[in-house]
Amino acid sequence: MNESTPIALPSLVDRGGPAQPLLIIDRLRKHFAVRGSKAVVRAVDGVSFTVAKGETLGIVGESGCGKSTTARLIARLMPADAGEMVFDGDGVGQFGGMALKDYRRNLQMVFQDSLASLNPRLTALDAIAYGPQVHGLGKAAALSRAAELLVRVGLAPNQFGSRYPHELSGGQRQRVNIARALAFEPRLLILDEAVAALDKSVQAQVLNLLQALKAERGLTYLFISHDLHVVHYLADRVLVMYLGLVVEVGPVERLYAQPRHPYTRALLSAVPSMDPARRTERSPLSGDPPNLINPPSGCRFRDRCAHAHAACAAAAPVLRETAPGHWAACHLDDPSSGHPEAPARAAMAFTA
Amino acid sequence: MTTPLLSVRGLSVQFVGERTAQALTDLSFELGSGEVLALLGESGCGKSVTLRALLRLHAPNRTRISGHIHVDGRDVMALEGRELQHYRGGIVAMVFQEPGLAFDPVYTVGEQIVQALRAHEGVDRATARQRALQMLERVQIPQARRRLDAYAHELSGGMRQRAMIALALACKPKLLLADEPTTALDATVQIQILLLLRELQRETGMSVIFVTHDIGAAIEVADRIAVMYAGRIVEENSTAGLVAAPRHPYSAGLLASTVSAAHRGQVLPTIRGAPPDLSALPPGCAFAARCDASDPHCVATQPALRRDGAAALACWHPLHATGTPDAEAPA
Repeated sequence: MNESTPIALPSLVDRGGPAQPLLIIDRLRKHFAVRGSKAVVRAVDGVSFTVAKGETLGIVGESGCGKSTTARLIARLMPADAGEMVFDGDGVGQFGGMALKDYRRNLQMVFQDSLASLNPRLTALDAIAYGPQVHGLGKAAALSRAAELLVRVGLAPNQFGSRYPHELSGGQRQRVNIARALAFEPRLLILDEAVAALDKSVQAQVLNLLQALKAERGLTYLFISHDLHVVHYLADRVLVMYLGLVVEVGPVERLYAQPRHPYTRALLSAVPSMDPARRTERSPLSGDPPNLINPPSGCRFRDRCAHAHAACAAAAPVLRETAPGHWAACHLDDPSSGHPEAPARAAMAFTA
Repeated sequence: MTTPLLSVRGLSVQFVGERTAQALTDLSFELGSGEVLALLGESGCGKSVTLRALLRLHAPNRTRISGHIHVDGRDVMALEGRELQHYRGGIVAMVFQEPGLAFDPVYTVGEQIVQALRAHEGVDRATARQRALQMLERVQIPQARRRLDAYAHELSGGMRQRAMIALALACKPKLLLADEPTTALDATVQIQILLLLRELQRETGMSVIFVTHDIGAAIEVADRIAVMYAGRIVEENSTAGLVAAPRHPYSAGLLASTVSAAHRGQVLPTIRGAPPDLSALPPGCAFAARCDASDPHCVATQPALRRDGAAALACWHPLHATGTPDAEAPA
C-alpha cells in the first residue's frame, strides 16, 4: 500500500523545507455575538502559535477554553474576526497566497462524534471517495484509492466497504473518518477529540494507528484533547489554553515535568492518581471555568489562582520564554510585573 | 457480611424487538451497607442496564427480565404502585451522566427538589424549600439561595451535576446509583465531583454503585470493582487487589491499555478486536475471540463466576497473580 496510485490531483509538495513551519497562526480572534444583548463571547482572543513540519502539537484545556473554536478557525469552517494563517510560507486566502480550495486539501479534520461527521446515506467506501471526486479525480480511481485506505486503517473493504455509518461500531467509524481525511493526502491533520468518545481498548488501537500513519506519511498533527494522558503519550509539544488565550506552550516532557503556569499545574494534578493507596485528597481547582462573556480583568485565571495578587488584576500577562521553547503567560515569571513572588521565581528559573 | 443491603441473583435482561439483544446474563452480586462498588466496563457491557434494572426503569413491553433483586428486605421485582414510587427516590436514587438532560428544563432546580421532598416525605412547601436549600449548600454550590431559583440550563456542567446529586440525596436514599456521573465533565471538575461523592458517602453511610468506563475514576471512589464484559461480571475484587493483580485477561488488558507517559514512543498495548454483538453472543466465553489464552474449551463452554472470599472470577485460564497480562498483544 506504500506505492502511490496514479492520481489526477496534483500532489502536495513541501515547499519551504524542514525549517519553515508548516503552519503559522498569528493573533487569531473570534468573538461570538450573544443574541439579544450587546455582550460578546470571547471564544478565541488573540491566539498565536506555530506548528513545525512533522510534529504533533497537543492543545489542552477545559471545555470552553476555545480549543475547538481554534481548530475550526484553522480549518476555515468559520471565518475568523482577525488574525492570519500562513501555510508553508503562503498566506491562506490572501491576495497572491494560497487558494482556500488548495488549503483545505492540505488540511483535513477528524471530529469527536464519529457518527455525526459521516453522511448517513453514504457507504464507507463512497464517503472516502467523495472528496477526491469533488476535487477532480475519476470515480473508479477514487474508489480504488478508498479501498486501499480502508485496508490501511484496518477494515477489510469487502466486509466493511458497503456498510453505512450506523452499521459500524464507534471505533470502526472513526477509522473510516481517518481514512476519509487521508484520501486527500493532506499534510496537516487536525484531530479534535478524535479518540475521546472511544472505549479505552479501542482508543489504544486508534492511537497506534495514528502513530503509524504519521510515521508512514510524514504527517503533522494538531491534536486537541482534554485527556492529558493521551496528549502526554502522543504530542511533541503542548499548548495550554485558558478562556480563549494561550497560557503556556512548551516541549511535552518539560511542560509535564516543570509546568510554569499555575493553571497548567492545577490541570496536571487534576488527573486521577491510579493508585488506591494514594487517592487524591484535595481538588487542585475549585469551581468551573468562568464565563467567556465577562472574563476577569488582567490575568483571566486570577480568580481561581492560589498566587493571585493585585498585579494580576492590573495587567494581563504576556507569553515569556522561561526556557528554550517553553513559554508561559504568568506574572510570576516576569520580575518586572510587580508580583511579590516573581523575583524569587525568576531567579529559580535561571538556575534550573 | 451479614444480610447485604442489595442482593442481585441471576439477573438477566433481554431487549426484544427486531433483534433480541442479550444485555445481561445471569448477573449476581451483593453490596453491603456503606460499601462503594464500581461497575467497570466498556460501552455495551451492561453496566447501565444493571442500574436501570435495579430501579425497574426498563419498559416492560420491550424487555424480558428474570432473576431476583432484593434491596433492604424488599423484593424489587414484585414492587407495584405506591411501593414502587416510594422505592424509586426514597430507597434508591440515581445520578445520571447528563444532568442537562435529566433535569426538567421548565422547572427550577429548587422546585424539582421541593417536589421530590413533598412527594416522598409529605412535608409542607416551606420546610421542603428549606431542606432543598440545605441540600444545595451541602453539595457546595456557591450562592445556593440564588441557585435554588435557577433553571438547569443556567448552571455550568459541574454545578448541574452537584444539583443532580443534591436532588438524588434529598430523600436520604440508602443506595445511590451513579451512572457515569463525571464522564461529561472536565478533569478539573471531575475530581471535585469524585471528592464530593466520597465525602457525602462517608457522611451519610449510604451504599453506592458507581458505573464508569474510567478506571481512574473507579480507583478514586470504589472499595470494590466488578469488571463487566458482554453482560456478565468477569472479575470482581477489592480495588487494591484488582489494580495490583488482575486475573481475567480482559481486566488485565483494560488496565494495560490505559495510556500513560511510560508508553511514549512505543506502540500501546491493546486488546485486539471489538466487543461481541449482544444479539449473537457466542456459546462459550464472550472474550475468547479477543483473548490470547483462549483454546477450543473457552470457545465452547461458558466459564462460571467462581467466588473465592472477596474475589470472583470467570475464566478458564486466569493469569497468575504475579504474571504479566497475556492480553498485551500489539494491534
